Amino acid sequence: MTMEFQSSIRPLFALLASLCAVPLIIISPKPNIREAISFLSAGVKFTIIASMLPEILMGKQLFFTIIDVIPGAPLQLRVDAFGLLFALVASFLWILTTAYSIGYMRGLNEHAQTRYFCFFALALFATIGVAFSANLLTLYLFYELLSLATYPLVTHHQDPEARTSGRKYLTYILGTSIGLVLPAMIYVYNVTGNLDFTAIGIIAKKVSPPVVAILLSLFIFGFAKAAIMPLHAWLPAAMVAPTPVSALLHAVAVVKVGVFSIARVLLYTFGVKSLAQLNLATPIGFVASFTIITASLIALSQDELKRRLAFSTISQLSYIVLGVSLLSPRGITGGLIHIAMHAFGKITLFFCAGAIFLVTGKKHISEMAGIGHRMPVTMMAFFVGALSVIGLPPCGGFVSKWYMALGSLESHKIIFLVVLLTSSLLNAMYFLPIVYQAFFVEGESVKGHAITRKEAPLWCLFPIVITALASIILFFFPDIFLRLAELALPL
Amino acid sequence: MTENLPALLVVVPLLCAFVIYGCSWLHKKSCLPLAIIGLGTPLFISIVLLKEVLNNGHISYHLGGWDPPWGIAYELDPLNTLVLVAVAAIAFLNLIATGTEIEANFYDRKGAFYALYLLFVVGLLGIVATGDLFNLYVLLEIASITGYSLIAMGDPARAPLSSLNYVIMGTMGACFYLLGIGYIYIMTGSLNMADVRALLQPLYHSSAIVIGFIFCMTGVMIKMGFFPLHFWLPNAYTYAPSPAASLIAPLMTKVMAYVMIRLMLSVFSSKFVYSSISAGTAIVWLASFDIVIGAIMALSQRDLRRMLSYIIISEIGYIVGGAWLGNITAMSGAILHIINDTLMTFCVYLAVGAISKQAGRVHLNSVSGLFKRMPFTMAVFVAGGLSIVGVPPTCGFFSKWYLISGAIKAGNYGFIGALILSSLINVALFFRIIETAFFEDSNSSTTPGNHTVAITEARIATLVPLLMGAAGLIAMGLFSGIIIRHVIQPGLIGIF
Repeated sequence: MTMEFQSSIRPLFALLASLCAVPLIIISPKPNIREAISFLSAGVKFTIIASMLPEILMGKQLFFTIIDVIPGAPLQLRVDAFGLLFALVASFLWILTTAYSIGYMRGLNEHAQTRYFCFFALALFATIGVAFSANLLTLYLFYELLSLATYPLVTHHQDPEARTSGRKYLTYILGTSIGLVLPAMIYVYNVTGNLDFTAIGIIAKKVSPPVVAILLSLFIFGFAKAAIMPLHAWLPAAMVAPTPVSALLHAVAVVKVGVFSIARVLLYTFGVKSLAQLNLATPIGFVASFTIITASLIALSQDELKRRLAFSTISQLSYIVLGVSLLSPRGITGGLIHIAMHAFGKITLFFCAGAIFLVTGKKHISEMAGIGHRMPVTMMAFFVGALSVIGLPPCGGFVSKWYMALGSLESHKIIFLVVLLTSSLLNAMYFLPIVYQAFFVEGESVKGHAITRKEAPLWCLFPIVITALASIILFFFPDIFLRLAELALPL
Repeated sequence: MTENLPALLVVVPLLCAFVIYGCSWLHKKSCLPLAIIGLGTPLFISIVLLKEVLNNGHISYHLGGWDPPWGIAYELDPLNTLVLVAVAAIAFLNLIATGTEIEANFYDRKGAFYALYLLFVVGLLGIVATGDLFNLYVLLEIASITGYSLIAMGDPARAPLSSLNYVIMGTMGACFYLLGIGYIYIMTGSLNMADVRALLQPLYHSSAIVIGFIFCMTGVMIKMGFFPLHFWLPNAYTYAPSPAASLIAPLMTKVMAYVMIRLMLSVFSSKFVYSSISAGTAIVWLASFDIVIGAIMALSQRDLRRMLSYIIISEIGYIVGGAWLGNITAMSGAILHIINDTLMTFCVYLAVGAISKQAGRVHLNSVSGLFKRMPFTMAVFVAGGLSIVGVPPTCGFFSKWYLISGAIKAGNYGFIGALILSSLINVALFFRIIETAFFEDSNSSTTPGNHTVAITEARIATLVPLLMGAAGLIAMGLFSGIIIRHVIQPGLIGIF
């Protein structure tokens, strides 16, 4: 298929939609206006991104050069199917998260809400920037901006715990991007003279195999936002953030930027062919498999709900890396659409955890017995989200895992199929007891009393229901994401 | 008129300096406006000259109509005109930002302060513009002596001693330089840079020339605080009055780095510097040590300005290393870093100056709660810090990019390691301050005896230059491709 390139300013507008919101949020005189601006910019951003869908589905790519900074590596935006897939998910969920934030932050009467909304908009600016980066330099720029923009969100509570977590967050994220990715990127640039993402990769035949292996590990571990073990410890620590932050950033935007960057580099900088020739994808698969299983096992032992979700996320992120490392069409497709499927499932779970905290003040799973009677809608949504993450029908997560399973058969790596199935079993083991407890075990406090139903405010409940429904809908209609993932295949 | 601009560049502030000193007896209020004129004019002229040089190429101006090699010539090419703009702009912005502070703190001595301030800038502008080795020495002494005096006007308990220390080391540096030119003069009989360059060609193997070169370099390296000749720097920059600190700290060391590159490329040649004497590898290793040790020393400081002065030492290592790696990429990075580092050091020093005006000496603890109280000043400080760390799109990232690229080309992995390590240490350094300012409440940390004064945002005259500096950091980053391609590399292509 011939790829058609077209210059367009829409990618830039998609970025600016949230950047321009930042000063407006700062100067807005009232909370209502501030939040209206957040909504407006989220809506505009999603609309612009969605408007590019028809062209991308026709096989076009849109690009826009911001400025020529380094010869061969300009600051350039390019919208392709892979980037659009991620951008659609992130920008759509931002709208819902904005609604949820309003309910959550007001419900808990949090301080510094202007700062919160301001940096949230900045974080989304950077996220879409990563999605639309045309080359590694641009990607690195937005990746770093995202790290910095999320720091005030992670440390929102400004207490000693937030301080420790914030320090851990930066140490892992900035330490690896500066210490590992930056030298690797400059090395690649010096060997190839450019940093473009192309379907065949840019370093084939220019670098000797041992150097390729070194570069590969610098990139895989350098993008620590993907939380591949042993560089995962920042993610559970970052759960100290307010729940909407954990929901959008640490289940969707930030962590997916990590795996997105890894997938980008694997598929478009190294290239499927050269990875296959050097047989370098299998070790990556093993690293990812190790993370998948170990993180699931750790998740089993976590009593704090958000921490359990965090370890589940660590495990699920490595699915995506594993899918891509299979290097077969179905494996890669499965990995790429897992970005979307996991996003909807996991954000639902986080929203639910936040709603439970908002209504009952409870953070620990052991205290949540019988919660399903008090908050039936929330817990039903939790059930749906859990099913999706486990990968059972009728939820979206099934589709991506199905493709990955097919992919591991396709590339004759049965061991990874075993990993996928084992992990699904473990997922079920750490999610389903929560649901069981919520509905079928009576909590201490409610014994003998009439149970009063009390759900989270509508601002919170509405996004929960939408994301849960979306998880189900994606099982029946995964076509858009599937189509995008297939278009993105660099084969 | 236009053809005399290179002379006016130096003459206007020179005359203003004397007029201001006279005025300080007659009419104290006119000092500041005169100083603004005295620095605004060279800024304007340097921008006009930059445009001129970029359009029409190299300008050679013969002072007093005496032709070189006997007369003194000012040679303006894109590279040094860019440095001129940077020097003039920083000096001007700093005056605007700190004018009210100077008025308040130096009431009796403000005539002297302004006059020294302007003479210091005259010295620096002249050093950058001149094409004569001895004239450079004279201007270097003007800049140094005024610098010593400005520093000595700071904290009465510590500043005079720090300044004396600087005087001793600085004078030694100047002597080394003078000795070096002596050797060159004996061998060639000329002091004009272009002339000397031509006469030196057959003499590269003469040991007198090698010694002369080493003396010149040693002198310049003392003046720029290069490891292990940096001991004068931290005290001098810490105890200087803050308007002088945010002038001298960004400019002096960077202009000296410019002189080093000038000597290497315009007086000697790349053939001599990189082939005839095989010092490159050793100096790059020294630079790597300088970078790492500077960063580690910065980490161990609790006084903010002292910490920043160790960062300057570390940053100088970037420039020296880049200049001595011996390829065009690294040299471009070194030159770009001269401009970038000027700007980012200015931002952080000025921000600390704005804080210190209200909080006294800026100890690490005294920044607590500042994000709430001085959000804009802190934002600029963070921007400057991120540029020093090297986060895109700030300019610090791009000079680091060229430096690392150059080191890869030269195969010098120790230097790459030092650059990456210092970036990581800088992250720790700045986030330690950011953490304190963000998490701690200012009320809880006031030490007994330290009066709690309500700290509020800096005044608008300080804030505007600060924000312009921060905007400049990003603009320099985004336009670094253009600067490299149109200003820096055209001058280097023939050389490497």
